[in-house]
Amino acid sequence: MYKIAVLGDYNSIYGFAALGLDTFPVEDPQEGREKLNRLAADEYAVIYITEQLAEQLSAEISRYSETLIPAIIQIPGISGNTGAGIENVKKSVETAVGSDILFSNE
Amino acid sequence: MASTQVNPTRMELTKQKKKLVTAVRGHKLLKDKRDELMRQFLDLVRENMELRQKVEAGIRSANTNFVIAKAGMSEETLNTALMAPKQEVYLETGKKNVMSVDIPVFEYKTRTPDANDIYSYGFAFTSSDLDGAVKSLEDILPDMLRLAEVEKACQLMASEIEKTRRRVNALEHVIIPEAQANIKYITMKLDENERSTQIRLMKVKDMMLEEAHHYKEREAERGA
Repeated sequence: MYKIAVLGDYNSIYGFAALGLDTFPVEDPQEGREKLNRLAADEYAVIYITEQLAEQLSAEISRYSETLIPAIIQIPGISGNTGAGIENVKKSVETAVGSDILFSNE
Repeated sequence: MASTQVNPTRMELTKQKKKLVTAVRGHKLLKDKRDELMRQFLDLVRENMELRQKVEAGIRSANTNFVIAKAGMSEETLNTALMAPKQEVYLETGKKNVMSVDIPVFEYKTRTPDANDIYSYGFAFTSSDLDGAVKSLEDILPDMLRLAEVEKACQLMASEIEKTRRRVNALEHVIIPEAQANIKYITMKLDENERSTQIRLMKVKDMMLEEAHHYKEREAERGA
C-alpha cells in the first residue's frame, strides 16, 4: 500500500494535510534533498513537489525520472506559477519527437 | 566502406547474410514499435497538458481560498484545525505494459468512505472560508492523481521513444549498410578467386598437354 507525499514550503502545502496526503514542510534545499531521497526510498508512490523547491533539486528529481515509482510531480506553490511544470511536459515532447511540435505556439 | 576487415570466406558470407536478415527484420519491428509508441505518446501528452493546466488553475484558486481563510482567523486556530487530519489517502499501484514500456496505474483509496472527513476540525472556531478552501482542494485531487499517472507515463515513454529512435537509426544507417557492403565485398572477392582458379587450371592443362604431346616440338619439325 503506497502513500502520497507533498513536499514544499509550509504555506504552499498545509492545505493538503486535510485531504489525507502526507505533507512535509521543508525550509531549505538541503533539507528538501534529504527528505526527497528518504520519501523516494520509502513507500511513497507519488510525491508532489512545489515548483520553487523542484527547481533547486533538479538533479535529484532527474534521478527518479527513469524509475516507475515514485512519480515526482511539480505543482505551483503559494507564490505563483513559475511555468516549470508546463515546461517539463514540453521537454518530454522534445525528447520523444525531437522538437516541440505540439505546444510550441502556446 | 567496410570499416572492419572481414575475411572473404563462404562462412563469413553466410554469417553476414544472416546478420543482414536479422537487422532488416529488427529494423522493421523497431520502426513499428516507434510509430505505435509515438501515436500513443502524442495522445497521452495532450491529455497531460490539459490536466496540468486544469490542476494548476485549481491549485491557484485553492491557494487563494486558503489565503482568504487565513485572513479570517488566527494562525493558531488554522494550524490546530489542520493538525490532525481525519482522512487518509492510500494508493494502489499497478502497471500497464504499453509497447514494452511499463507505465504506472494508480488507484486511490481513502481510509474512510465519508466525504466529510476532509474537514478535520469542529466548525466552531474556524471560518467557513476554510471549508470552501479545503473543498476546492479536494475537488482537484482526482485530477492531480490522474496527472501523476499520465505525466509519469509520458516521461517514461519519451525516454523509451528516444532509445528506440536511436536504435532504428543505428540499424538503418550503420548496421544494415555495413552488412550489405561486407556481403558485396565478399561476393566479389570470392568471384575473383574463382576466376583466378579457373585461369590457373586452364594454364596448367595447357602445360600438361604440352608435356604429353610436345606440340611445340612437332610444330617446329613440321616447319623445318
